[in-house]
Amino acid sequence: MNHVRYIDKTRDYYLSQGYDKPYRWANFDDVPFTPLNKPLAESRLALVSTSEIALRSWKDQRTPLEKGEQGNVYSFPADTPLDDLYSQTHSFDKYATTLVDVNAYFPVTRLQEFAAAGRIASLAPNVHGVYNAYSQRKTREKDAPELLRRLRADAVDVVLLTPV
Amino acid sequence: MPTVIIGVARDIIEHCGVARLVFTDFPLGSPCGEPGDARMQGKIVGSALDLLASATGPRTTIQSPFAWAKGDAWKASIFSKDQPWKTEEETEEWLARKALYRKLRSEGKV
Repeated sequence: MNHVRYIDKTRDYYLSQGYDKPYRWANFDDVPFTPLNKPLAESRLALVSTSEIALRSWKDQRTPLEKGEQGNVYSFPADTPLDDLYSQTHSFDKYATTLVDVNAYFPVTRLQEFAAAGRIASLAPNVHGVYNAYSQRKTREKDAPELLRRLRADAVDVVLLTPV
Repeated sequence: MPTVIIGVARDIIEHCGVARLVFTDFPLGSPCGEPGDARMQGKIVGSALDLLASATGPRTTIQSPFAWAKGDAWKASIFSKDQPWKTEEETEEWLARKALYRKLRSEGKV
């Protein structure tokens, strides 16, 4: 069976809900590409997620937007206990699957295993999340540069990105 | 910086255009493998590491070889009347977030 056409399905769905302006999904003619510049076994990898991954131990569980903050990028230690992690998102197929197993969308344990096995040099000390900014321009002009700054501060070589 | 994405919404990600994509034909929520299946998750994450090294140009997509254990019925049900994308409560939360964003934007705070 072919893969799901989410762009078509969401357009039809929102039209049926009375929204007449279809969402304009991000679209680029020129796509940047950076080749690997050293072996993976010598590379530090960072995990970045848009799954609204959150910590149960956070005192304030509100999103940056709900708190009135400008930034949508947040970070926490990669060695945070797995049972402290969960996702706040509703944007997943709750009829078909669950978010109970964090590694099914935020594979931090799997990456720790690859680091222990020497497949990558290390997992970077911080993992990062990026909240939906409701603005593609802000994602591009504010959140992406802030994320890159944090990755460079951790001397990251390669990045694995996981939406939910 | 070399990047790779593991994702399920192939059309959205390819419409945007990315350097490297490991596409898993699973429901939204499980791009890195079935919940509880650490071995499958390891294979999928491992294939993303392979792709970091093997891709030679942008828009390189590979597909995970796994099929969803319960079959593909979930695909036909997406956004159907029986399975609303958002519950009423979630719709309210979504609209509240949007309204908050518009308010903060009008005040120049975001």
